[in-house]
Amino acid sequence: MPVLIVDGKELPGKAGTNVLEALLSAGVDMPYFCWHPAMGSVGACRQCALLQYANDEDSHGKIVMSCMTPVTDGARFSVSADRASGFRRAVIENLMLNHPHDCPVCEEGGECHLQDMTVMVGHRDRRYQGRKTTFKNQYLGPFIGHEMNRCITCYRCVRFYQDYAGGNDLNAFGSRDRIFFGRAESGVLENEFAGNLVEVCPTGVFTDKTLAKNYTRKWDLQSSPTICQGCSIGCNTYTSERYGQLCRVHNRYHQDINGYFLCDRGRFGAQHVNSPARIPQPGIRNEEGKYDPLSLDDAKAKVRDFIQHSSRTIGIGSPRASLEANQALRQLVGAGNYSNGMSRNEQVMHQIILDVLASGMKTPTLAEVAEFDAILVLGEDATNHAPLLALSIRQAVRNRSKEMAGDTDIAEWHDAAVRELAQDALSPLVIATPMPDRLDDVASQSLRLAPEEIVALSTEVSMYLSAGSESTASQASSVAQGLAELLRDARRPLIVSGTSLGDINIMRATVNLSLALQAVNPEAGILLAADECNSVGMAMLDNRLSVEELVDRTPETMIVLENDLESRLGAEFAKKMSAVRHLVVLDYLDNATVSVANILLPAASFAEAEGTFINFEGRAQRNLAVFLPQGSIAPSYYLLSTLNDDCLNDSFNDSLNNSTESVSSSHQARVQTIIESIRDEFSPLKRIDECAPDADFLVLGSKIPRMTHRASGRTAMQAEVSVHEPKQPVDTESALAFTMEGNQQQAPASLRSYVWSPGWNSNQSIYKFQTEVGGADTMGNPGVRLLQGDAMPAPFTIAPTTAAQISTGPRFVAQHHIFGSDPVSSQAQELSTRIPTPYVRMNTETATTLGVSGGDGLACQLPHKRIELSVILDDDVAAHCLVYPKLVQTIGLADVAPGDLQRIAGWQGPKDPLKPNLILTDRTG
Amino acid sequence: MSQTHSPTNTIVTDKFVTLLSDAEVSQIEAEILLLPDRRSAAIDALKIVQEHRGWVSDESLVAVATLLNMSSEELDGIATFYNLIYRKPVGEKVVLFCDSVSCWLMGGDDVCKRVQATLGVAYGETTADGKYTLLPVTCLGDCDHAPAMMVGDELHHDLTPESVEEILK
Ligand code: SF4
Ligand code: SF4
Ligand code: FES
Ligand code: FES
Repeated sequence: MPVLIVDGKELPGKAGTNVLEALLSAGVDMPYFCWHPAMGSVGACRQCALLQYANDEDSHGKIVMSCMTPVTDGARFSVSADRASGFRRAVIENLMLNHPHDCPVCEEGGECHLQDMTVMVGHRDRRYQGRKTTFKNQYLGPFIGHEMNRCITCYRCVRFYQDYAGGNDLNAFGSRDRIFFGRAESGVLENEFAGNLVEVCPTGVFTDKTLAKNYTRKWDLQSSPTICQGCSIGCNTYTSERYGQLCRVHNRYHQDINGYFLCDRGRFGAQHVNSPARIPQPGIRNEEGKYDPLSLDDAKAKVRDFIQHSSRTIGIGSPRASLEANQALRQLVGAGNYSNGMSRNEQVMHQIILDVLASGMKTPTLAEVAEFDAILVLGEDATNHAPLLALSIRQAVRNRSKEMAGDTDIAEWHDAAVRELAQDALSPLVIATPMPDRLDDVASQSLRLAPEEIVALSTEVSMYLSAGSESTASQASSVAQGLAELLRDARRPLIVSGTSLGDINIMRATVNLSLALQAVNPEAGILLAADECNSVGMAMLDNRLSVEELVDRTPETMIVLENDLESRLGAEFAKKMSAVRHLVVLDYLDNATVSVANILLPAASFAEAEGTFINFEGRAQRNLAVFLPQGSIAPSYYLLSTLNDDCLNDSFNDSLNNSTESVSSSHQARVQTIIESIRDEFSPLKRIDECAPDADFLVLGSKIPRMTHRASGRTAMQAEVSVHEPKQPVDTESALAFTMEGNQQQAPASLRSYVWSPGWNSNQSIYKFQTEVGGADTMGNPGVRLLQGDAMPAPFTIAPTTAAQISTGPRFVAQHHIFGSDPVSSQAQELSTRIPTPYVRMNTETATTLGVSGGDGLACQLPHKRIELSVILDDDVAAHCLVYPKLVQTIGLADVAPGDLQRIAGWQGPKDPLKPNLILTDRTG
Repeated sequence: MSQTHSPTNTIVTDKFVTLLSDAEVSQIEAEILLLPDRRSAAIDALKIVQEHRGWVSDESLVAVATLLNMSSEELDGIATFYNLIYRKPVGEKVVLFCDSVSCWLMGGDDVCKRVQATLGVAYGETTADGKYTLLPVTCLGDCDHAPAMMVGDELHHDLTPESVEEILK
């Protein structure tokens, strides 16, 4: 290992990295701006300067940029020499010439990288007396605010947005002191990862509008480590609260999953916690179909009564609820009366995922995806269905440029040089989907195929790969042959698929293809994206009874946990729910199932409840409550397990009379009891209690604080009521406390509620918690990957889909939308403005068959609603496919025969249904 | 059974492109033929449009971007970087006055004052009659005859306050 000598002290370096990384990895407080751990160096800001000495005799040295200097053994540097620190101070002074010094009104204040660096280099007095450049800010959509005057031209924003995330509607304009970072004109930033600009920009140019609405400085936020509920990736997040309102979601670094980034569904969709559609209290439905409020105790007594007097009570769990909540329900109704809340189709798809994860097939983590040098995507719309997967695929196609850099001796971190060298050279990425894909711009080949054609192609490729004889091989089409050879000859090929088209055969064909490929190329990997944040967890917990099967057993009482069965199974099925005598629903947001419940119990959201979730790679991760739910809202696991106690407890009525207890103080870590029951009952889940320490865990004798040690005004928060500080609520359910007292810096990663380190108030402080830049957490990466095995599954028999069997008529294909297809995040106010209006997309030929043209309106009448769709002509849609967005408004469309669609006379559709028309009124606009 | 689409190097026909004249489009296409991909012709294309129209309006910028398969952000980033691509209307002739060091040493400031007085405009402005736009430029490569300026396509050097008055008359 190369050793650097910095100010006379030896520091370990790592070959192939740069000096800045070595300094930071060693924990040195080294200022920088433009270098980013995931994006490498460009040497734009000159902030990371130090002195390099030519040899042992050299006492003068020369100024170099540490981020642009490769690590070489024995090289001598000085960080502290006056010339080096003076240079860094001068750089900040220059960067600040045009900066407005408006920290008091800046959303970044208190967690600003620029503030931190300014203090760190000791720039204090402003000498510049001249005029400052001032810019006009732009309206950038509902998520991101823009205050260009604060820019220090580090170029991180465009490097992230264009180079890393593949966006093309943000750029740098102009030159010298007029450089402007923004769009060509005001308008919504279109990239699905735009929200990361908030964290990537070291100043307050790009700010989080959802935070601005409930603005609180970082030091006054109460936060906890949470798991994103937006999709099956399971990104790690910090969610923050104040005054009972969710303020914002920030990235929580996880080496194997999301790294430094999140998608906009995850970041902004969490605002659903503040939605006016939250269910605030228990209710009982009266004759008019309205809900009368009920006390929690009365509501629970009613439910207990239902259960005790019903011939059969069933429980429908949910893949968006925690393992604990599902287990509590399962214990309440009994395993034989419990379903994990998935449809038959979903259960089969997730069983395939489970079997693959538990096999000897190579199933990469999300971070490892970036290491594959040839990728085939079969029917998975990564950007809309598992967004961070798409971001990883975008990095994987850059492997070609890294190889080229290796051949020319350019270090990988030399970002601009590597990009310049590679130009448009990308590793092969082949995408087979029915509709245009957001990754098409980096794909070497995009195949537009109907779902069954994807299966056919994949089968053809597998046959070619395993063909013993020349003759079988020569039957394959040239497309299939090309694909097979590409995958076989790649250093590390990856096949990606998932549940986004809801097609079991695509997933089976993917497994078959991966098996065939792994036989000829042992490095081949397979990645299957799951559907919801806990779909894999549900398949592991109990995948026996589907919702359909269970509901068919004529229950008298049915308890539905955080699951809208109408959107899952259609309106026809929903009718069966109404036939059940007593329908009890626990949920946090209004939906179709909620609206037909007899008894409604107000469940806590992810921000108010502990819970374990298992992501697409079989990793169990613990989500910790950020704040206590208000009023009678309570975590589902708590409601269900106390109900269970009540049902078992003979002296129930006595306890009811005395029950003035509050959720927080009554029971010793109820969640832990449930976790232990899961651990003991299901052997594949036996390690779930390892994903975070339990409620008894202490650091230096105290629980871990959710607030920073600088939290101010806690005592003043209720000042209009009383000047006496109320007692802080006690958290008996987790190892975190609702206070600022305690030590968070020594907390394990699974319990760290925010990142902060002396001198580093911004999230750049993460490097202080990493073993090395971009490495593992110093306290160990949180979460446990549960499934791993070595047996190879047997290939599936797929009903052959020969050309003759492919139906020739038009058929519906539902497409996921990052904004709109997830019923929970769609209820976040800002996110709801980005949901497309219902449309149906088809190619010209299909439109001719249906007798419609672009811009027409089509409608169909369902029993209790009418669906209207704008026709979009798009020749990049596979033949016969009628692609429509999976939205609340289009629920039930799948059951409609395309022939039953009626043309709407005089239809005036939206200009562009894919882009909602936002009202461009904005303070900064 | 399948459609293969290749995201780059396809010629796009779009309503914006029709904004460009046939002459402009064919000149731009001729440049593209010499280059590895369409986007590489960005600067040439902007220059061609500017030659035809005097400047590059927002509309023509979008048209060129569409023709080159780029986003308007990408193209405008280039257009606004170069101060010889005009993103605002200019007069019939652009006066590029060198404000760099050799010219400054040789008394360029005084000459420039006279230019501004003669034209009645400051840097960045166009004369009321629409004849001249005055812009600063960094070094015209004519330092041995400093101070220097360009009026339209003509280079003038060894300037004095008197000579500029004559030139701009
Ligand atoms: S806007 Fe922010 S990220 Fe972009 S260049 Fe300016 S300071 Fe850097
Ligand atoms: S990719 Fe999925 S888990 Fe990650 S932030 Fe987006 S929605 Fe959340
Ligand atoms: S961080 Fe090294 S030059 Fe910007
Ligand atoms: S400095 Fe004016 S021409 Fe070179």
